[in-house]
Amino acid sequence: MSGSINELRTPLSKVRGLGSAKEGTDHFWRQRLTAIANVPLILFFLWTVISLNGASHKDVVAHLSSPIVAIVMLLVIISGIVHMKLGMQTIIEDYVHSDRTKIALLILNIFFAFTMGLGACFAILKLAFGG
Amino acid sequence: MANLNASSNRPLSPHLSIYKPIPTMVMSIIHRITGAALYFGTILVAWWLISAASSEAYFEWVNGFFGSFIGRLILFGYTWALVHHMLGGIRHLVWDTGRGLEKETATKLAYATISASIVITVILWVIGYAVN
Repeated sequence: MSGSINELRTPLSKVRGLGSAKEGTDHFWRQRLTAIANVPLILFFLWTVISLNGASHKDVVAHLSSPIVAIVMLLVIISGIVHMKLGMQTIIEDYVHSDRTKIALLILNIFFAFTMGLGACFAILKLAFGG
Repeated sequence: MANLNASSNRPLSPHLSIYKPIPTMVMSIIHRITGAALYFGTILVAWWLISAASSEAYFEWVNGFFGSFIGRLILFGYTWALVHHMLGGIRHLVWDTGRGLEKETATKLAYATISASIVITVILWVIGYAVN
């Protein structure tokens, strides 16, 4: 097959295996990676939120500022945000066909993900470093 | 682009609306809807964390909103979306290994996902009220 006139892909492109979008299986890989990470992380998040139900501001701050809780909460946010950004990107690519709207929404998706992610991480770090 | 009319008059192949809903299909749609809902639910998580990091007064105000009837309704929906999306996701991870793809098994998994998501959500809320 290689070297045949019907084969326009170069050997290098085949070896790299990145396809025409130059991303290969990157989106799929990150989606599954964060999906697996999210299972224990979201369970931790649920447990944290439920145990803090009805707690005073002082108790919530004390709980969230414990290093272990803060570190795992940062992981929850980072993994969740990456997973969420990839998912919304897929939804946009599936349903929005006009280039202008699609690109605008893809940009908004990235802005939203970074704003929520940074906002939540900043809050966790502020609490962790003593409010 | 040049011949927009010609392409827009083409008949569509059978679409979503002509099929009788089947469990696996409904779960697939719900998986995407809960995913999109959780996307916007992130605002609630960030808002809660930022309020805790801001001031006691602001935290109490946000807590008051979450504790209101509307707030609880939103959080209950958020909990269910989270649990359902997680169970649906685990189902996908199982499928990734090549298991559970037989027609009958996939249908059973679909029913298991919806039932378990409701049961787990209710249990989580019972625990939430119990620890309060």
